[in-house]
Amino acid sequence: MRRLTLPALAVLAVALPFALSAAQLTTATFVVIAAIGATGLNVLTGFAGQISLGHAAFLGVGAYTGAVLGADHGVDALLWIPAAGVAAGLLGALLGPIALRLRGLYLAIVTLGLVFIAQHVFFNATGLTGGPQGRAFPAVQFGSFDFSPGKVLRLGAATIDSSGLYYFLALILLAAATAFTWNLRRSRSGRAMVALRERETAAAVMGVDVGRLKVTAFVVSSFLAGISGALYGSYLSFAQPGQWSLLMSIQFIAAIIVGGLGTTAGPLLGCAVVFALPSLLKELPFLPEAGSGGLSASDLTSISYGVLIVAFLTLQPRGIVGIADRLHRSGGNDDHAKTQKVTVTTPKEAHS
Amino acid sequence: MTEFLQLLFQGVSLGATYALVALGFVVIFRSSGVINFAQGAMLLAGAYTISWLATDVGVPFLPAVLMAVALLALAGAAFQHSVLRRVSGEPTFVLVMITIGAGIAVTALIEALFGADQRLLGDPWGSSSFGVGDVTINWVKLWGIGVTVAALAAYFAFDKYSRWGLAMQATAEDEEATLSLGVPVSRVHLVTWALAGALAVLGGLFLAGFPNSPQPTLGDAALRAFPAIVLGGLRSPTGAVVGGLVIGETEVMTSGYAPAALGDNFYAVAPYIAMILILLVRPYGLFGRAPAERL
Repeated sequence: MRRLTLPALAVLAVALPFALSAAQLTTATFVVIAAIGATGLNVLTGFAGQISLGHAAFLGVGAYTGAVLGADHGVDALLWIPAAGVAAGLLGALLGPIALRLRGLYLAIVTLGLVFIAQHVFFNATGLTGGPQGRAFPAVQFGSFDFSPGKVLRLGAATIDSSGLYYFLALILLAAATAFTWNLRRSRSGRAMVALRERETAAAVMGVDVGRLKVTAFVVSSFLAGISGALYGSYLSFAQPGQWSLLMSIQFIAAIIVGGLGTTAGPLLGCAVVFALPSLLKELPFLPEAGSGGLSASDLTSISYGVLIVAFLTLQPRGIVGIADRLHRSGGNDDHAKTQKVTVTTPKEAHS
Repeated sequence: MTEFLQLLFQGVSLGATYALVALGFVVIFRSSGVINFAQGAMLLAGAYTISWLATDVGVPFLPAVLMAVALLALAGAAFQHSVLRRVSGEPTFVLVMITIGAGIAVTALIEALFGADQRLLGDPWGSSSFGVGDVTINWVKLWGIGVTVAALAAYFAFDKYSRWGLAMQATAEDEEATLSLGVPVSRVHLVTWALAGALAVLGGLFLAGFPNSPQPTLGDAALRAFPAIVLGGLRSPTGAVVGGLVIGETEVMTSGYAPAALGDNFYAVAPYIAMILILLVRPYGLFGRAPAERL
């Protein structure tokens, strides 16, 4: 049964764009792009247990790296997409020394500061980011293979438009990122990260190099955030500094919690809920027009993020993956069950 | 020199407000080890409740403040009772995440109810002021400093002389052991959150006072009290005061003297930068000590 799940999912993901309307495909593309970033945050928060409110800053760094290289210097997308990840990863490595000194909750506050500092830089580095007015982002181009809106790829009878191209590119990158983190979780580093999450001192006593491991988790997380940000900016084609905000960081936190912290499928499932929510809520008939006062769609979206976080953590801490596991227990993943047990038997963490 | 003295006074006033906000954080951290990321939303709720009572409902100002204090204390206790109690025993991580979620929901709810525009606070001080030499002293700022001093003194007395203060510290240290000694831990948590709610009203009141006014972005200003508690060390009320003053002065002085090359509104990020620099040297804050680790 479980052996069929992965191929079935792959077929579903590839076939999906051909079944969706243009608007739905746009949403699906954003979901998959965001899932790349969420996969990164899942390593940091889900595996290693470090709370970061700074994810949006890394997405922003990735997006502007892509824009400066791709649009201002005419670099090929084959280079600027990885470069975006590397730039964000470097920032993560720079933050490492701070992360290394600080435990759990202090880190959440420092990364909160990071979001505001990064926004300040984005608003003021007019030459790179266009300042408050925002700037255009380059479409993905591999040589002459162009992803710009209006371009169409024909494969026999099937045609794939710009949104579809972005969807498949993001899907390939997401698959690679997921495979990487899946392997990471089963490696020595991955097990050490989980030990770090469960109890830092115990992990250190058992010989885990806590400092190095935190930096590793940070770099992986911010690298994937950078890739995600570069694609996000490119697909949006225009973005303002205000977009890389605390709210965006919270969206990613909501996504990994709703999907299921530390699980393989969690980031994608969570993003499907969190990042599809705005377009779903906009369709609600009882909402007033934007700007006319009263309960707006964006307010309602923010409220739902908060409610989702609180509801899942109190009622279903293992997220959608946990619900799915419960639905067919026979195919349940032992690993999650074990993790759950460990969490229950360690009722409190050190009050650091 | 006049400009410097003017900024110095504004810094002390802002610092006092941050100290009041920071005290709200410290109260919760000391009894539960949770950093309450919903504090910004609670401050916002406090300021808007006063504004709603005093301007829309027409309650006189002082009763409006007292009613807001009672309402927010009740709301804080209700949040603990209906949400946080369900996850007691879970890692701190989970509780912190829940406060992040609750914070974003409440902030958005306030914006949905009252709109994104500025409101009148309904306070009797407004922009009224008097002069000492060339320095302008706003009444609202002076009251802010006075109320902060009173609130801090009350908290220190409560912490030192009441059984609840001791119970709170014990609860933070080891919840199970405290419970086994007969301390009603769940009631301690209720009192803690009620206290934090009440403090949030006072903090929100003076954060929204002249030259500010109740508006959704005030929640961001409340987040700048985070550097204050981090500097002070999360457990120390004295540290909250010193941290608040340091951050208040940093913010006001950079708003006055920061060179243009640092960009617009540099003062808004200066507290975070100061925080990161100090943490690099002292990872547990100015007054914090590295806790002893036990397996």
